[in-house]
Order: sequence, then structure tokens, then C-alpha cells
Amino acid sequence: MASYALRRVLGAIPTLFIIITLAFFMMRLAPGGPFDSQRHLPPEIERNVAAAYDLDKPLYEQYFLYLDHLAHGDLGPSYKIKDFTVGQLIAAGFPVSAKLGLSAIFLALVFGIGLGVTAALYQNRMSDHAIMSVAMFGITIPNFVTAPLLTLLFGVYGLHFFGLDLSLPVAGWNGGALRNMILPVTVLALPQIAIIARLVRGSMVEVLHSNYVRTARAKGMPSHVIVTRHALRVALLPLVSYLGPAVAQLVTGSLIIEQIFQLPGIGRYFVIAAIDRDYTLVMGAMIFYAALIILFNLMADILYGVLDPRVSYNT
Amino acid sequence: MAAPIFEIKDLDVHFATPDGDVHAVKSLNLTVGEAECLGVVGESGSGKSQLFLATMGLLATNGRATGSVRYRGEEMLGQPQRALNRLRGSKITMIFQDPLTSLTPHMTVGAQIMESLRVHQRLPRDEAEKRVLEVLDLVRIPEGRRRMHQYPHELSGGMRQRVMIAMGMVCGPDLLIADEPTTALDVTVQAEILDIMRDLKAELKTSIVLVSHDMGVIAGMADRVAVMRGGEIVEHGPVEDIYYSPRHDYTRMLLDAMPRLDRPDADGDAVAPLDPAAATILDVEDLHVGFPVTEGWSTKTLRAVDGVSFTLREGETLGIVGESGCGKSSLARAVLKLIPNTEGAVVWLGRDLGQVASAELRKLRKDFQIVFQDPLASLDPRMTVGESIAEPLRSLKPHLTRAEVTAQVRKMMDLVGLEPVWINRYPHEFSGGQNQRVGIARAMIVEPKLVICDEAVSALDASIQAQIVDLIRELQSEFNMSLIFISHDLSVVRRIAHRVMVLYLGRVVELADRDTIYADPRHPYTKALISAVPIPDPRLERAKRRVRPTGELPSPLDTRASLIFLKSKAVDDPDAEQYRPKLIEVAPGHLVAEHDAA
Repeated sequence: MASYALRRVLGAIPTLFIIITLAFFMMRLAPGGPFDSQRHLPPEIERNVAAAYDLDKPLYEQYFLYLDHLAHGDLGPSYKIKDFTVGQLIAAGFPVSAKLGLSAIFLALVFGIGLGVTAALYQNRMSDHAIMSVAMFGITIPNFVTAPLLTLLFGVYGLHFFGLDLSLPVAGWNGGALRNMILPVTVLALPQIAIIARLVRGSMVEVLHSNYVRTARAKGMPSHVIVTRHALRVALLPLVSYLGPAVAQLVTGSLIIEQIFQLPGIGRYFVIAAIDRDYTLVMGAMIFYAALIILFNLMADILYGVLDPRVSYNT
Repeated sequence: MAAPIFEIKDLDVHFATPDGDVHAVKSLNLTVGEAECLGVVGESGSGKSQLFLATMGLLATNGRATGSVRYRGEEMLGQPQRALNRLRGSKITMIFQDPLTSLTPHMTVGAQIMESLRVHQRLPRDEAEKRVLEVLDLVRIPEGRRRMHQYPHELSGGMRQRVMIAMGMVCGPDLLIADEPTTALDVTVQAEILDIMRDLKAELKTSIVLVSHDMGVIAGMADRVAVMRGGEIVEHGPVEDIYYSPRHDYTRMLLDAMPRLDRPDADGDAVAPLDPAAATILDVEDLHVGFPVTEGWSTKTLRAVDGVSFTLREGETLGIVGESGCGKSSLARAVLKLIPNTEGAVVWLGRDLGQVASAELRKLRKDFQIVFQDPLASLDPRMTVGESIAEPLRSLKPHLTRAEVTAQVRKMMDLVGLEPVWINRYPHEFSGGQNQRVGIARAMIVEPKLVICDEAVSALDASIQAQIVDLIRELQSEFNMSLIFISHDLSVVRRIAHRVMVLYLGRVVELADRDTIYADPRHPYTKALISAVPIPDPRLERAKRRVRPTGELPSPLDTRASLIFLKSKAVDDPDAEQYRPKLIEVAPGHLVAEHDAA
């Protein structure tokens, strides 16, 4: 398995290289530049600024310069956020996004799997239909709707329970306090719960109709043994494939959530940096995201093999 | 007979389907006595499996069972799961047809056997483990301690079915219901599994219900036999009555449909003699097919076909017989150039197909066609059967007009016994036999010179099998085609082949005329194969002296495997270059691979 992981990591290097190259040139194909929106400057100052950031050199030279810096682990300075390097920005924001994202995934797994299995066990009966309708609802409602609604409900109106004030803060990170995390994590987790519940229900229904579950029933195994021991592991396989990219996406934050709840994550960089033509920050965020995708997909594949002994890492 | 332990009374099984209610089992009555083996025989769709799934409370969710099923007087039907679970898996157990899909893939076989003991008898782990080892020994699984920790996919088909039986026996049940337990297995493996079940019945006095479509399997095991058709029992009685004086036409039909290796040719069984002047059209010389297999960082070659030579004449049928993994399908595909051969040559009408450019090979394809095993899976479900049959014409004879194509399709459908008006139907609207007729029509419509039938009748009921074999024979004489008829079933091959070639692990072990190979088999593997075929005659089947086959198929990656019948020449190293057994001509046209004397 170790050699398999090593081969996969080595295999990822050309992939990353292609991503870097494409991202670099596509970004430069977009009209405008990082300093266009600023007040008109005298031409020589503009030239000086461009020279300071090597923007006066031919594009291919800039590309090789960037690769050279990257090879030394330097993602370069941000063009727009003064006095910060891209590395510093990601290092500061990623823990926030990761904490939110991982909490959301954890919540989504617990509820999603639970609901999915329940729906499958009661296939085509009331509870199944109820869970699946709610799940459909959860997928279709965007988070910029759920976020303000939950804010209104729990933040503005507040919640009082036997004299206890359970209202939640509507914004701010507050050093990652639990109270501050509840609303954003819930908003992030809701659609994931719905997706996971649907995914798990589908595969669980299939597994429950399989021959080996029939065998387990013929052996007189009680239902909880059939579900947990015989069915669940195989039923979770499609979920594992889904989780690879999903986790990568969640831990890299979301612009909408960060804006609504005023959180210092890295999700906003993906959008804002692109609009601002903050070349280095876009590239940095992109490379970081790509590396995470590759990493989590690798973890998903390894987990696949742990769950299913038929998967072999030899080929 | 003492009071029955298992009693089915007025059992009805209905299924609610989108096409309406299906009455699968019709007010059926059946009993099983103490230490008795009841054989239940019927063709596919007779309701025999649903009957026993219903008694165990295992019907699909759209199924509904009414009536009464009693175990030692205790009603089982309509009981809650909790009550049923006291009986299921401990007093009454059931094993199924396909052991690979019937075992949980991510649990070791030991854990799967053990959980029955832990749940039903609440045995502590070490005691349960001891009991598992005992029962593995009982079903003749060697090295039980190692096997326990293996997963189902790491075992062979025969081993998996033994694990299933071990699971069924571990709690010491009164009744074992075996639903087609040997149908998916090779004939020699089937013989071993049946042996094990016979011993279990004799030693442990377990009652057995053996459900099968195979009259031969039932003949060797059952004390009483019930014949099912359309959800009803049409005839029921002691095994000798059923086999020697059947009263119902359907029972007689089932018995007649069974090809008999133990008897001389019945009417119509004899194969039309070959024109002695017929020219050789196909010459296969020392054909090898290898597949790379990666083990860790190293790659070995799996020799699927390992030096096979034969010739085929115009109008001749060569039967190729062998068990799973013997390379018969790889051989067929390599002959047709559907997969590349690593060595050797296929010479078609004097031309080495290896030298023919691919564009020209496409043109030559008109002359050779193939019919596959699973008729439904081999047809495109979104194409009407008419389109499927017409497709080879469209690609191989593109000059034909649409009307001409349709006319030919209709004619061909008529020829294979399908109503031409069904031209716009879809495969799922047909039965397995009808779909195989479509497959045959599709292969024959370009009037090929060579047709390869790769297990073309294996998935069909015996009566349908006979019809399809007859059809192929008729078409062969009509078009004067050559046939390569591949099957694991020796008795089917006998009805169609002029010559028979027996393959074992990619090599020819025996090649002879049809009559010679059945009357005078020389190689121990051929003998084992022939003796393993169950005879639908209780007295003969029980008296038969079985030639023990070789046991487990060795790994084809192990070079010693090819010398399993010639151990005296084997070098004891799994990677060594080994001696190649030669084919010796013991009589004109009768080739036998070298082997140690028995």
C-alpha cells in the first residue's frame, strides 16, 4: 500500500504541473491586470510598479520565473493585499476554513449516513419518502438562502429555552469559539447531509437486495447485525468516492459563507483574487486546491481498499 | 414414515409486479421427513426457488405468501423476524446457487461461519472457532485455520460453495435447503460437492431439500422427488418411481431431454458423418495466448492458451470441452482474432491471419461468427431483435438495400424458429431460448463458413438446450458450415461434435473422434470429466464408481500446474521452465497427452 501511495504521489506531479501551466496562461489571457483599477498613475510610476513585479518581462520569462520561485516553495507576494505573501495569506486563512469544513463534513456524515440508512431500510414507505423529500429540499436550496434564514432565526430573534439564552452570534470568528461556528457549520453541512443521505440510500437499497444480505437473513442474523456488519461497508463505497473531492472543496472554504458570517477563511480568495487579477494569489489558491484534491482522492482510494478487500493495489 | 419435520400446506406465493399479479406458487403441499432428502426438480420459472424462499421468509418485498409452513408443528409463515430468526440459520438453513455473490465480500469466511454460532448458540469466541474448524473439516476444506482468514474472492468456486455448506451446517440444523447448490460449478467440482452433501446426510442425519433443474443431480441424492411446473407439483413420489415409471408427461419430457452419456445414441442423437473429401479450412498451429498479471512490482504471464494445435474441415464440428479457467474462451477469441495471440498461427483457407492487414481482416470476418453464452446479456437491450440480427449484414454487406436486409432478417428468423412478425420486439420480451435463437440468427445471417458457439446452450434448461442444439445442427447442414462448439458439458458436446478436444489449463490433454473419446477415454482428466457427469438414473448414479479428479485447480501462474498429470517429470519450483507433455497418437486420430500411469 505504501508503494501504491508513493506511485500515486509521484504520478500527481505532472498533473499539478499541467494545472499550474494552464492556470498561469489562462489568468494572463484575461484582459486587464492587477493595477488597472487603481487611480491613474504617471506612466513612469506604472512602469516602475510593473518592473517591481516583473510584469514588464515577456510572458514566457514570467512563467519560468514563477516556476523557479514555486520550486523553492515561494508563492510570491500578493499584488493587492499589501505586505502579505500568498503563503502567509493561505497559512492564516486555511485553519479557519479547514476547521469549518471538517466540522461540516463530520456533521454531514453522521446525519447523512443515518438518514440514508433509515430511508433504505424503510424503502418506499412513509419515512423513506419523508427523508428523501427533505433531502431534495436541502439540495435545491442554496446556502445564501439558508444562511440568512438561520441567522434571522437563531441570531436576531434568538432562542430562549427555560430562561436560557440560546441565541447565537450572527457573525465573526472569535478565535474559533464553538458558539460562532454553529451557524456557518450548519449552513455548510445541510446540503452535504442531503447529498450523502441520497447517496447512501441508493447504494444501501442495492446492497439490501444483494444475495449476501439474503444469505445473512437466511442465517437468522438480527437486523442490526445485517445492516452494520454485512451491508454498510459496501454501501459506503460510493460515498467514499464522493468524499474525496467534496472534502477538498469544503476545507478550502466558501466565499458566501465567509461573507455572510464575516469569517477569515480562504474561500474568498478564489473569487476576489480572480476579479482583482491578483495573479499570484489566484495561482496560489489554485495550486493549493489542486494539491488538496489530489491528496483527498488518494485518501479516498486507500480507504476504498480498506473497506473492500477485493480492491488490490497491485495494478 | 414418522411425523414430518417440515410441512408445507396450501402455500400460495404472489408477486405484485408492474404487469399485474404473478401467481408463482399455487396451493402447494409438501413434506420433508426426518433424515430424508427431498429432491425438487423443475425448469427455470417453475417457482421452485420462490417456494423455499417463501418458507424461510425471504421473499422480495413485492412477494406475499399465504398458507402454512410448519417446522415440527410450529407455524413459520407470517411470524415476526425475531421469531423466525430462532429457526433460520440454526434449525433450518439454506444455501444458494451462486456462492460468490451469496457470501459477504468484506468478511472473512471464518467470521461468516462463526457469526451463526455466536448469535444462535452464544458460544464464546474460542469455542466457536474450534467448532468452525471442525465444520470446515467436515466439508473437506483443507488447511481450515488458514482458510478461515481468507475472503470469499480469494477462494475458488468449489471452495466457496463448501463454505456456504459449512455455514449451513455449523449449528447442526435439522434441515438444509440447498437451492441449485451446484449449478454454477464445474462438473468435477459439482461431483465433489454432491459427495460432501451425501456424506453429511448419511453421517449427521440432516434432512436435505435439494432444489435443482438437473435430473442427474437429483437422481444421485434424493429419496423422494417432487416435479414442479408453473408453481405446482405435477408429480411426486419415491425417486425410483419418478425415474423408472414416470406418470406425468412433463416428468417424461424432463427425463428425455437429458442427454445420456451412459447410453448409446438415441434416435437423432447420432451426428451426421463428415464427407471424407471435405477440405481443411482452418489450421491452428501451436497457438499461445498470454495475459500479463502483476504481482507486486513483478509481472508474470498467465498462459491462458499454451500451445494448442488443431485443424477443422468444411462442415465439421469440433467440440472443445474443459472446465472454467481451461482457456477455451480465450482460444475461441484468439482463433477469431478478437484477442491477439502471443505465439503460433491461425491459418484460414491457406492464409495466415496474423499476416492479414486489419482492413482485410474486417472483410474476412463475414466468414466467421460467434454465438455467446448469455443470450440476454449479449444482445443490446435498446435494439429490437430485428436490428440485432440485421447488424452484421449492414456492416459486412453494406451494398444491400433496407428492404433486402429486412427480407433476409425475416427469412433468418423463420429459419431459427422465431416468428418473423416479432421483428420489432426487444430482447427482454423473449425467453432465454428465444434470445439464443436471436443470437444464432445474428451469427448465421451472413452465411459464415465458421461459427464458434462459446457455451451457447449452457445457460438454458435441458429441454431448450436440446432444441437449440438441434437447430444448430440443422443450420449446419443447410449452410455446410464448420463449427467449433465450446462447452463444459460433455453430454451436450456428444450430440453435435465430430471430434472432441479436451482442454486443461490451456493445453490439449486429449483429442479424438466423438465415439472414441466417450467409449475409450485415455487421459485421467478426460475420465474424471466423464465420470463426474451425473446420470439421470438413481441406481446407476449411486452405483457409479467415480474417478477422483485432481482436486483444486492449481494456479495457472505456477509452471508446475501443467504437469499435474505428469508429476514424475515436474521440477519442484513454481517458476522453473517445465517439461512439456507431448501429445501421443495412441490410435489414428486419437491424441493423448503424456501422463503418469494411474
